[in-house]
Amino acid sequence: MNAVNTTVARDDHYNFAYLDESTKRMLRRALLKAVAIPGYQVPFGSREMPLPYGWGTGGIQVTAAIIGTEDVLKVIDQGSDDTTNAINIRRFFGRVTGVRTTESTREATIVQTRHRIPETPLREGQIMVYQVPIPEPLRWLEPSETETRTMHALAEYGGMHVKLYEDIAQHGHIATTYDYPVIVNGRYMMRPSPIPKFDNPKLDNNPALMLFGAGREKRVYAVPPYTRVKSLDFEDHPFRVEQWDQCCDLCGSTHTYLDEIILDDQGTRRFVCSDTEYCADRQANGHTGPALTVDAEASV
Amino acid sequence: MYVAVKGGERAILNSYRMLDAYRRGDTSIPELSLAQIREQMPLAVSRVMAEGALYDPHLAALAIKQAAGDVLEAVFLLRAYRTTLPRFGYTQPADTARMRLSRRISSTFKDVPGGQILGPTYDYTQRLLDFSLEADGDEAHDEPLLPAEQPVAASMPRVTDLLQHDDLIDQEPIPPGDPAPFDLTRQPLSFPAGRDARLQNLARADEGFLLSMGYSTQRGYGNTHPFAAEIRYGALEVDMFIEELGFAVTIGEIELTECQMVSQFSGNAQEAPKFTRGYGLTFGYGERKAMSMALVDRALKAGELGEAATAPANDHEFVLYHSDNVEASGFVQHLKLPHYVDFQANLELLRHMRDEQTAAQAAEMPHILADEAVSS
Repeated sequence: MNAVNTTVARDDHYNFAYLDESTKRMLRRALLKAVAIPGYQVPFGSREMPLPYGWGTGGIQVTAAIIGTEDVLKVIDQGSDDTTNAINIRRFFGRVTGVRTTESTREATIVQTRHRIPETPLREGQIMVYQVPIPEPLRWLEPSETETRTMHALAEYGGMHVKLYEDIAQHGHIATTYDYPVIVNGRYMMRPSPIPKFDNPKLDNNPALMLFGAGREKRVYAVPPYTRVKSLDFEDHPFRVEQWDQCCDLCGSTHTYLDEIILDDQGTRRFVCSDTEYCADRQANGHTGPALTVDAEASV
Repeated sequence: MYVAVKGGERAILNSYRMLDAYRRGDTSIPELSLAQIREQMPLAVSRVMAEGALYDPHLAALAIKQAAGDVLEAVFLLRAYRTTLPRFGYTQPADTARMRLSRRISSTFKDVPGGQILGPTYDYTQRLLDFSLEADGDEAHDEPLLPAEQPVAASMPRVTDLLQHDDLIDQEPIPPGDPAPFDLTRQPLSFPAGRDARLQNLARADEGFLLSMGYSTQRGYGNTHPFAAEIRYGALEVDMFIEELGFAVTIGEIELTECQMVSQFSGNAQEAPKFTRGYGLTFGYGERKAMSMALVDRALKAGELGEAATAPANDHEFVLYHSDNVEASGFVQHLKLPHYVDFQANLELLRHMRDEQTAAQAAEMPHILADEAVSS
């Protein structure tokens, strides 16, 4: 059912994957450094792309630097292959590379994402490319880049623990829900990009390579396969992820990240999987949620 | 069913067509030609070339047409095109003293060698709407001006050169070894940023941003007491050294606007009081931008001169990280993209915390009621 595989004719007015080869090489060097120093933000000579800054130019440049003719690309935004920005980026790569694109997480060799990690577990050899708006985890504590780079050099991360502690003192909880800071390989503090903290545990010890690109801020960073990624917490306030009282309305899943959909102005709402491909896959395998059960009953 | 996001591709393709129709407007009105834009909107073309960092009036006109007159969108189009261009090499440094001048003024001296040339300027127009332009009346205007009695000198020294001769202004010697300048389009900005990187950033910076930052220094946020020593606008030949020939050849002519501000520096234990420079340069005719750039350039020098440097315009990171309108426009407008995953995460936390607060209040409520009963 899913996996709408498409190949678009390549527009050969542009170099393969749009960027010229020397720019790709510059990017690959930066990425190699990023892999060698997990979680460290490597500055790179970010280029203007034909999509706006803040709309995934970092991720697009990373994908452009690593993609080859044999790759199969999946692009998601908010977990979905069908959001306009994901479609636009997929169309862009279709046009400038002609590679096969897919909605299937299993089939993809490269998954470019904004704000989610797919629910389907990743495997060795796959590469996740994250679009990053602000790469610096310490930015809200310290606006100056000169200062934050020094703080990273000295592993001076006490300020973040104080912030989380103040959250607990004030609200009873850590009030960070997405872009939740992590420590990579016991050394660098890293922003996982604005994924919900629900997805943070997926970063830990993941068999896939994780590459992060921030185009406007001109930084790349990486989490190599099987690397420790620890979400910040306290012994008496352990890290916890979002939970829902409801299940997915379509596939009945109780273990996935759910989007809330407002149906009317009377407060009626339903919840569905944010990862649309995973949800569709479950439905194809016979899982049903309350909505489909009700529909089925109504039609009997 | 309620899958809200299907059909996105068709929506995108339809939006292209709607945009084309919106941009074209009423088809009974003749279509704008690129030549019309280039010739009749030269200031818009100048701005798009300057901030788009590409000197090409034809492509700038195309960008303006394609962007339906949105100058920032046109700048973005030109920048995105620019990245695909190969780099053949570097031209010889431009000597603005050799400019073929259309305008040259100094506000620091009553008369300067070469004289003051007002040229084409809005400065002393009375800002009254000219209704004669309304009825395609341009052609009806006066006969062309007769040439000036005295030709403009082929080479005209800059006022700052005169000050430099008297040692009244900070020297700007070529750094030892004359190293290749930083290249902002190839290297990420890092701090402390050298003046080469700063000037490149400011030359591409948004005019509105520089205008406001420059203005802020005049109103007391980092006072620099500036004087416009010289503003000049004109055309300049661009030379390139050709290895195979062993000499430089002229490859074209570009229009430039240059502004040099001077401001007082009170000196310190090592240095006598002197004037310091602020420098502004833009492609085309962009006087407001060049002046603003010069003010901000000077403000960014404050730290190096040992001044207080506490105002926003003195803060290198603040100015240089926020000056680029392609970056700023993209990031501000990315808020249009879906954020519902993060919003859902916030919503979950908010509901959780509100439930806890309600529960806590409910637990306290009996005591409050009891207290009220006692007090009444």
